[in-house]
Order: sequence, then structure tokens, then C-alpha cells
Amino acid sequence: MKEHLAKELEARYIDELDMTLTDSLTKAGAEKINLCIQCGTCSASCPIGTRTALRTRQVIRRAQLGFRDEVFSNKGLWLCTTCSTCTQRCPRDVNPMEVLIGVRSLLVEGGNVPTTVRDALEGVFKYGNPWGISRSKRTEWAKDLRVKQVSEGEKAGLLYFVGCAASYDPRAQEVARALAKNLNASGTNFSIMGEKESCCGNEIYALGEKGLFSILVEDNLNLFDRYGVTEIITTSPHCFNAFKNRYGSKDLTVQHYTQHLANLIDKGELKLSKKVEKKVTFQDPCYLGKHNNVYDEPRRVIENIPGVEFLEIPMSKGRSVCCEGGGGRMWVDVPGQRATENRVKEAVSIGADILAVACPFCLLTFEDAIKTTGNEGLIQAMDINELVAKAL
Amino acid sequence: MIEAGLVIGGGIAGIQSALDLADQGYKVYLIEKNPSIGGKMAQLDKTFPTLDCAACIMTPKMVDAGRHPNIVLLAYSEVQDIRKVGDIFKVKITLKPRYVDETKCTGCGVCAQHCPVEAPNEFDERVGVRKAIYVPFPQAVPLIYTIDKDSCIDCGLCEKVCQAKAIDRQQQPKEIEVEVGAIVVSTGFELFDAREKEEYGYGIYPNVITGLTLERLLSASGPTGGHIVRPSDGKIPLRVSFVQCVGSRDEKSGNSYCSRVCCMYATKEAILLKEHVPGIDETIFYMDIRAYGKGFEEFYQRAKQEFGIKYIRGRVAEIIEDTRTQNLFLTVENTETGEILEQEADIVVLSAGLVSPRNNDLAKILPIPVGDDGFFVSSHPKLDPVTTKMEGVFIAGTAEGPKDIPDAVTQASAAAMKASNLLK
Repeated sequence: MKEHLAKELEARYIDELDMTLTDSLTKAGAEKINLCIQCGTCSASCPIGTRTALRTRQVIRRAQLGFRDEVFSNKGLWLCTTCSTCTQRCPRDVNPMEVLIGVRSLLVEGGNVPTTVRDALEGVFKYGNPWGISRSKRTEWAKDLRVKQVSEGEKAGLLYFVGCAASYDPRAQEVARALAKNLNASGTNFSIMGEKESCCGNEIYALGEKGLFSILVEDNLNLFDRYGVTEIITTSPHCFNAFKNRYGSKDLTVQHYTQHLANLIDKGELKLSKKVEKKVTFQDPCYLGKHNNVYDEPRRVIENIPGVEFLEIPMSKGRSVCCEGGGGRMWVDVPGQRATENRVKEAVSIGADILAVACPFCLLTFEDAIKTTGNEGLIQAMDINELVAKAL
Repeated sequence: MIEAGLVIGGGIAGIQSALDLADQGYKVYLIEKNPSIGGKMAQLDKTFPTLDCAACIMTPKMVDAGRHPNIVLLAYSEVQDIRKVGDIFKVKITLKPRYVDETKCTGCGVCAQHCPVEAPNEFDERVGVRKAIYVPFPQAVPLIYTIDKDSCIDCGLCEKVCQAKAIDRQQQPKEIEVEVGAIVVSTGFELFDAREKEEYGYGIYPNVITGLTLERLLSASGPTGGHIVRPSDGKIPLRVSFVQCVGSRDEKSGNSYCSRVCCMYATKEAILLKEHVPGIDETIFYMDIRAYGKGFEEFYQRAKQEFGIKYIRGRVAEIIEDTRTQNLFLTVENTETGEILEQEADIVVLSAGLVSPRNNDLAKILPIPVGDDGFFVSSHPKLDPVTTKMEGVFIAGTAEGPKDIPDAVTQASAAAMKASNLLK
């Protein structure tokens, strides 16, 4: 019987407990940790919890009880994707996601991170991107395109913030190219930072490296200021989230590209004339949907592409599936079947030819899942930009 | 000094206040917006912890209120305006048209038998239908039929068959003004709209229902004659899961308070289900079990020991429907063992919380203070729980906050007592 009881029910000597743990966590960002009433909604909402030993509620309980060792040795901590489903549902507004990030930050301070995470953090620190690729390669995606870079003395105005994935990953680079094409077609006046662009830091924050994150915030805000950037559009919902919610800047107008494209379409400034005769379904990215309540604009863009039949997949919008790319998970793997694989099968079963995405992480993880489930001939993962570019 | 009082709201609390005032010799106007008095209690099958039949204990009081020489029953009516002049409240009331002459209708029901139109039955929580000419339930007080003009197709059949010649399709609303010395507000509650909790699928998955809908299924005079059947296919459910705290104790729903009765009403419904469907497998998923009242703890222990109802401590995170069977899967962590369950159920009952009525026009007419939780606030929560800051206006029942029937009745009598002080 005892084996089934949660470990916190075993006796502890008082000097084994760290009674300051909740204070440290509160300072590390988990401000509402003491409000938790242990209802378990977070554990059961967690897409990772349902197939691993990660129990968010238990992490909070052990922290509340001062079980320092159990809290810090929990390997499940690095599996969180920061999808925020727990935070969206917590009845006490504890923000469990922020508690996990807080625990990560204490581990980071002590240097206790998985090797792959350490490498990603070092990559950002040294080269401005988690893959540790040289800055000189940051604009290779724009090689043959008409894309203006910011220059000294000129007010940039609208900045297209490309992001690390779209700058360096060969597949995601196609998204950046498509977006640049779409912006040019609409006559939008925009610039890119070029080699000066550094990681937005969203995943750095999510991994708990808050020190490095503040450096990135300062550097990026200085850059934006120096080049007169007032508006930003991003490829990735992660960058969108960082600039909009974590940078604390009141002067910047930040949009995800789907919001900008939807705007252009509404104003008639983006003419889509070629037919794309496909059945398209949409994967709501966590950082666009759950974090920021942006559900309509991506759909509006897709539905305005001539020839497209839009199919709404069941359990979409606020209930959509997490691709498990966020929260540093591009650098931490979990064995076992990812939710993306079932989702691909579901998309095929509703008759979709194309699984449209609006995030480079979703793009990469879903393409993977299409391959591993053997659905390559049946369905394709495409970014909305790529669909729009086809219709120009 | 006016020796008349007004009671706004004809649920159990309003009925009790009206009877208490009337028994003391004062004239009472009892006003109710629905075609019959009775409120939510009339919709219940049995009440906790005694398992008294709700209609059996309530209908005598309803009839008393309907027959009392001192009570002027104004059902299907609404308060339009209240002005205080000195110590007197001048109240404008609209008597809504039933399109049936109250003085002639005998309640025989022949009209409804012939009416060709069916509309969702609000009293049965829209499971099952009523006719366009209807009484909300057989024991309605007053027992007078009402035509729902939105559904009525004006075929005139009711008029043809009515022996009492009571149909009056040209009937107009009537405005009256009354003068009273005191007012008791007992306007009751509404159930939390569980469609707001999208993760539970209420309103989308047919086999996810609320506790109030279950009361109607349990009731012998309900839409299924007391037979427990699933909405999707009429099959008898053999596995039921109850979800507690739906729209209560939940910052995300905007209701941080506890609705006070749901732990007990779920326990009651689970016990009743066992009696209707022997062998039914039941689990109640909860955060805490609040069994604070007289006989409550014993009732809860009985549910576990005598009836084998399972209680698992964990708040349900999500409900997903199996599209083939329309069974439900609840994802929930058993917080006592750390195990994450994917519990399958044939039917899910959401213990939806109590909220203040949404279209609260009364708040505009009668500016008594309303709390953050939406319910009316009394002058002092402990020592003066039925008086309000507005002199001469008292509150009773769930209008003041979630509570069970004994507390509502107690508060109603207290409010009547306080009100009577002003009527001497």
C-alpha cells in the first residue's frame, strides 16, 4: 500500500526541510505558489504529465513542504513545454507554469541543467542563437530576395523580426522567404536587423535562464531604439510573446505575422488571385492561442486564400494540441509517442491535405510526425506564409 | 403606516416570507416573473439530507400562498419601478399577458392537448417539450395556462376547444401601482452557465449534463418519467462521473466563492441514481467535500459506505467525447496517489454552481448594494443578515447568496419578521 502513496506522506526530519524554498521560488517568479490548494487541475491538464511522471501539482506541494532534493532532482522539470494549459485552468491563479520556470531558474543558477540545454543557452550567449551557428549566416535565407536591412541614421519603423529558427533552420528558412515575398507583394515597407538580430529570448526565459534573458531584453531594446523601430512583426509566436508580454516595453507595437497579414487582407492591400485547391486545417500554436488569445486572424488569412477549403479540426483553439517544441523542448527529448503523431492521424482522418501552421516549431515537429507516422503522401505541413505566397 | 408588504420572487424563500407576513395579518403582494411560483425548489426531485420529495413538501406551502386571504398573488408579473415617498414604497407592476383570462381558466388542460406546437420545456431544463399553451408543471400555482407568443402560431385551436371561453388572444399587459411599507427581495439564483468551461464540453457533448438537468431526469414527473437515460441515445448509463466545483471556487470563471450546496446535491443525486439504476458505477471528483450542516456528514458517509459511491480527490481538467460511442473521458489527477486517470463515463454530471441572475433589472430599480460575487449584500453579514442599507428593503434566500433550503426558509422568516416591524 505504501508504494502507492505520494512521497510527501512519508515522515521527514525538520532539519531535512528547506523552509525557505517557497520564498526563493517567490523571488524567482513563482509569486503565487502559496495559493495552491492542490486540486490537481495542472497535473491533469499537462500534455506531458499524461505520459510521463511529471506532476506539476506534486512539484508545488513538495516545494511548499520544503522537500528541496525531490523538487530539484525531478527530471520531469525539463519536459515542460510551457504550453500554459495549466495556467489557463488553475482555479486559484497560481500560474503553475511560472512555478516550474521558477524552479528551472534556481537549477540554472546552480548550473544543474541537462547538457543539451546548456549548449543551447551557450549558443545564445555566444552567437545569439541556440544552435550556436555563426552570426554571419543569419541572413543567408534572404540572399536572393529584396529585403532591406536597418541602417544607421534611418528610422526603421516596421521591423520584421525573423527569429532564430527561421534564420537558421533550412526548412524554416522557407517560411521567412515566403513572408518576405508576401510583405513585398503588399507593398509593406519593412526592414530586418540582419546579423545584428539576436534571439528574442522567449525560450531562454522558459528555460529559467532569467539572467541571460534580461541581457537579451536590454540588448534588443537598445537595438530597436537605435534604429528607430516602432513596430515589429514576427515569424514565430514565441518571439511575438516575448516582445509583447515579457519585454515590458510600452513603445513597441508587436504583431504576429498572421495579424499583420489579416490586416492587409481586410484593407485590400494583399491581393490573392491564384487558386490553391486544397483542404486545409490549422494547428493553433500555444504561444499564439493559449498564451495570447489569437485564434481568428490565422483562420481569416487561410479562408481568404482562393480555392482553399478550411476544415476545423476537433479540439482546436483553446483545446489544441501542443507540438512539444516550446519551453526548451527543441533541445530536450522525451521518449514515447508525441501528441503530434496522433494529431497528424486526426488531421488525415478529417480529410485535410494540408496541416497549416503558424510557428516554426510546429512546422518542424509536425513534419517529423508526418514522417514517423508514414503519412507523407497524404498530408503536408505548411506555414500559412507558404500558402499565401502560392496564392499571390 | 401602510399595513402591506411586497415580496419580490416566488421561490421557497419568497413563499415563506409572504406566508409569515400574511399570517400576522398584513396584506402581502407576492410577485413572481414566471407563470407559476415555486422557483428552483419545484424543479428538484428530492432534497438533501432527508431525501424528502421537493414537490411534496413545497406544494402545500404553494397552495397556502395561493389561497391565503391576505396574499395577493401576482404571478407572471414584473416590477417596473419603485419610488420611496416618505415611509411608503410606490411600486409599479406590469402584469404580463397570458392571453388567458385568469378569472375563467380552470386549469383543465384541454387547450394544451390540442395545441399543435411544441417548444423546449424550460422547467425540464429543455429536455423534452411543452406546448405553446402550457403550465410549467402540473402543480403550478396559480393553475392558469399561459400562451408563449414566441412559439404560438395563432391557429386558434385552443380557443375553439376551451369550454370556459378563457382564451383571450388580444389580452394586453396591465400596469398597476401598489403602495407598501416594506419589501422583501427573494429573487433567487441561476445556475452557472457551464458552456463557459469549454474544456468540459457542455453544450457540445450531449451526455454532459448539469445537476439540475439530472433532477428532471430523476423526477417521476419529469420528461423521462423518472427513467435515467442518456440524452444521446436513450440508453441507461451504467457509469456516471460527477464533476464538482464547476464555476465555483474558480478564478477563471470569475466566481471565487463556494456555492455551498453542490457537494451535498451531488451526493444526493448519486444516492438517488443508485436507487434508480441498481449496479450503476459512480464516482464524484472533488477538491473538498463540504458536509457542514445538520445530518450532512452522516449523509456523505452513508453515500460511501451504504451506497458504494466513490469519491476521488482531484479536479477534472478536461472532458473529451468518444465520437463513436458518445461516451466521455475525464482527465483528472487522483491527488492522493498522484495517478492521472482517464476515467470513462456514459454520462457526466457537472455540479454547476449558483450565480446571481444575469438579467438583473431589479438592481437598477432597487439600488441595494451588490457584492463582488453578484449577490445582494446585507447591512451586517453576522448580526444583521437580512436587512439592507436601503431602509425598508430586506433580502432572503439565494438572492443573498448560495444556501440550502433550510437556510433559505430561516432567512425568509427572519426577513418577514424584520419587515413586519415597519408595517405595524
